[in-house]
Amino acid sequence: MNQTVASAGNNGDKDRSDCLVTIELSKSGGLKIDLQSKVQVLYGESIEALSKEVLNFFDIRHATLTVIDKGALPFVLAARIEAAIKQVISTEKEYLLDMISENRYSTQRNKPRISRLYLPGNTPSLMLNAGVHKPDGIILDLEDAVAITKKSEARILVRNALRSHDFLGVERMVRINQIPMGLDDLEFVVPHHVNVVLIPKCESAEHIQQVNDRISAIKRRSDLKDPIWLMPIIESAMGVMKALKIAQAADNVVAMAIGLEDYTADIGVNRTKEGRESLFARCQIINACKAAGIQAIDSVFSDVGDMDALKENVLQSKALGFEGMGCIHPRQIKVIHENFAPNEVEIEKAKKIVLAFEDAAKKGLGVVSLGTKMIDAPVVKRAQHTIDSSISVGKLNKNWRNEIKD
Amino acid sequence: MSNTGKIVTNAIGRSVPTEVNGKPVTPFRGVGKHKPDGRKFGPRISSCVDFPNDGNKLVSSLKESLMKAGLRDGMTISTHHHFRNGDLIAVQIFEIAAELKIKNLVWFPSASFECHAPLIKYLEDGTIHHIEGSMNGRLGRFTSEGKMKGVGVLRSHGGRYQAVQDGEVQIDIAVIAAPAADSFGNANGVEGSAACGLLGFALADSQYADKVIVVTDNLVPFPCIPWQIQGNYVDYVVKVDKVGIPEKIVSGTTEITKSPDRLLLAEMTAKFCEQAGIIRDGFSFQAGAGGTALSIGIYFADMLKAKGMKARFARGGSNKYLVKMLNEGLVEYILDGQTFDLDGVKSMRENPRHVNTSPFTSYNYHGKGNFASMLDVVILGATEVDINFNANVVTHSDGVLLHGIGGWQNCLFAKCTILPVPLFRDRIPVIRDEVTTVCGPGELIDVIVTERGIAINPLRRDLLDKVKDSDLPIRTIEALKAEAEKICGIPAKQKFDDEIVAIIKWVDGTVIDCVRKVK
Repeated sequence: MNQTVASAGNNGDKDRSDCLVTIELSKSGGLKIDLQSKVQVLYGESIEALSKEVLNFFDIRHATLTVIDKGALPFVLAARIEAAIKQVISTEKEYLLDMISENRYSTQRNKPRISRLYLPGNTPSLMLNAGVHKPDGIILDLEDAVAITKKSEARILVRNALRSHDFLGVERMVRINQIPMGLDDLEFVVPHHVNVVLIPKCESAEHIQQVNDRISAIKRRSDLKDPIWLMPIIESAMGVMKALKIAQAADNVVAMAIGLEDYTADIGVNRTKEGRESLFARCQIINACKAAGIQAIDSVFSDVGDMDALKENVLQSKALGFEGMGCIHPRQIKVIHENFAPNEVEIEKAKKIVLAFEDAAKKGLGVVSLGTKMIDAPVVKRAQHTIDSSISVGKLNKNWRNEIKD
Repeated sequence: MSNTGKIVTNAIGRSVPTEVNGKPVTPFRGVGKHKPDGRKFGPRISSCVDFPNDGNKLVSSLKESLMKAGLRDGMTISTHHHFRNGDLIAVQIFEIAAELKIKNLVWFPSASFECHAPLIKYLEDGTIHHIEGSMNGRLGRFTSEGKMKGVGVLRSHGGRYQAVQDGEVQIDIAVIAAPAADSFGNANGVEGSAACGLLGFALADSQYADKVIVVTDNLVPFPCIPWQIQGNYVDYVVKVDKVGIPEKIVSGTTEITKSPDRLLLAEMTAKFCEQAGIIRDGFSFQAGAGGTALSIGIYFADMLKAKGMKARFARGGSNKYLVKMLNEGLVEYILDGQTFDLDGVKSMRENPRHVNTSPFTSYNYHGKGNFASMLDVVILGATEVDINFNANVVTHSDGVLLHGIGGWQNCLFAKCTILPVPLFRDRIPVIRDEVTTVCGPGELIDVIVTERGIAINPLRRDLLDKVKDSDLPIRTIEALKAEAEKICGIPAKQKFDDEIVAIIKWVDGTVIDCVRKVK
């Protein structure tokens, strides 16, 4: 590398909890840390110590490191310093902070994925409290939310966030870049306890295979056992037509989502609120998912100020058969949960059906009836599904049978 | 450096001076422990002989009025802050004083804003000796750096009334800028282009100052109704072109916060109030003007609607959301201390259930009771809270003085005081071992709501019992502090110079803490 000066991070007027790090290599003079920090009084010394530690780790002996800090947490500072260094030296090394014990969990294939909150992969301030808003999952986004010039530093930041930032138990997802670029993203996420990988603009079972091949290689190399689930996102006419093949491409595909901005662009129409132009695509995705036994996930709703329209959108989405939706703002989470979840009437009806079925089974009756109405097997299955999802979103106590008897 | 007398440790363990700006001061003795004897301060007797029978007290300019009022070295000049960041009068007073080569004045505002930063010039050239009131933003930084000649004195709104009433501060000249006034001096805040709702913060000034000047840009024929300030207290009336910048006095629109983190805090706070049984028919509440506090009112409104209940009264700062609750019958009365937006001003002008109050009725601790202690719940902010529930509102964790106390201390006497605060701001932990400056004693602070858990003061067994079976994330304050430090790292101790740059008065006039010069 010929470059001797490089920067990483952000220092815009609106940037918070971030820093801008500039490194300038020199031939002599040792290490100089030039720190301007909002938290100088409280953390100035620890920031300087961390800076020196990272520089030493990468065997840099002579350099000036300028840190303009707006309250970045240590995992952010370390990521920015590493990202700056990696532009001026060639190295395979990674400065890894401790993997916190809170992040060493894996998730179940069928866990609810009603809401998943998108977090731009290069914006630390939005990551900090993501978990407290209790989405089912968070998505650290390396794709559309990251400018092309910031892709490298975002990978390091996302890696550090996966290791060091407590997302309070929510499922931790990463949206990688489109294949093939996204395959290299996997190196930064697979070894660090990611739960789900989102594959954008997925158009074939091949894409799934390529991702899984790379994941397997990394897992073998790092001796990892925990499952990594996949959620392909269908965003093109081709993807829609291949939906079933993609959904069935591998055992670890647990959900499939649709991305309507790109899809409507691909078929050359405008995206409307009513969504007639994408009805076929949405139904195709839902049917492919149901056929493959995986979760069908709807596109994000982009007007973050209009909660009423979001609610309408969720109700329509639920009526079609979707089981979840992406969020681009924490305020959307509650609306999505409340409206995807079964409502009171649905829960009451489901309880009666399930109880009637259990009663009939106990009595050895072949036919289940509720009042004067006969109940078919699929109705019981749907009722059981309603009960299960009500319990999972906290709308129903899992001991609901006892509550009724009391 | 000013003489501070002997430094002593007060009842809350802080080292405080016993003398400030040449006058003795009493260290904090504990909540409710300091009860002064004697009579209130008595203003001079005036005579109608000295005032025109036709009631016309107009003089030609602010300068003339100040000269007639006898402006001279060392005087205490008061102003009010109802115009907030749109005040055009305070700076003019000191421009005039500087032009007249007058020195060592004490500025005694009810609060300062960023628009008052030009006064730094007059603090530097000796026109102003020190400020007693609040030192916000750049004035605070100036003070923290030890550049003010005297020692700053910070008081709550109630403490300001108390200090004037008790004679601790004797106002030589009060300048009351008014959105509407007549030539007799009757004035109000509801009419005119600078309408700010009410003038309650200037009440003590009108009652107790030696000389009172009313300044208005909206002179109406006698009588100016309502007379929130009564002309019988007023010496001179001045008509100027403009008293304030309307859009900086009240915002045309107050919006609830869009910050998801603050909304979450507001929602958790409202849920706590619901679970603790605070929200019931006929309850009362006060929420400040900050984004979080503002949104709490919205959650309260939803809860009241759902339960078919209403609040008996709410204390303002009023804004369009509170006015909406009043108009929808969810609140029966607004007892307002200041209005934050145009909807608030209009409501105060037109709705008899929207009542103006003053620090005398709301907050004065040396009165026969006040409204603050009657509230069921008050929701306030803080820059820091410590593990003993002591809280700070004036300095930041780097030790710099940046905010005033406002009505904060006075409100702590409510039946339940809740501080919704983020666990950390950027990297700065809000819950500390010890706050940088104690503004309120922990025994009066009941609940700390953070996005990662709610801590209840162990003194409030009753509240702990009420929510023990709820699904609220109740945690100890120590656990919250530990979590903040796990995320942010353990903060280093700040280093201060010994020099005292400001003192913090408690509601009874004693010194609860002081601010030292930053290194």
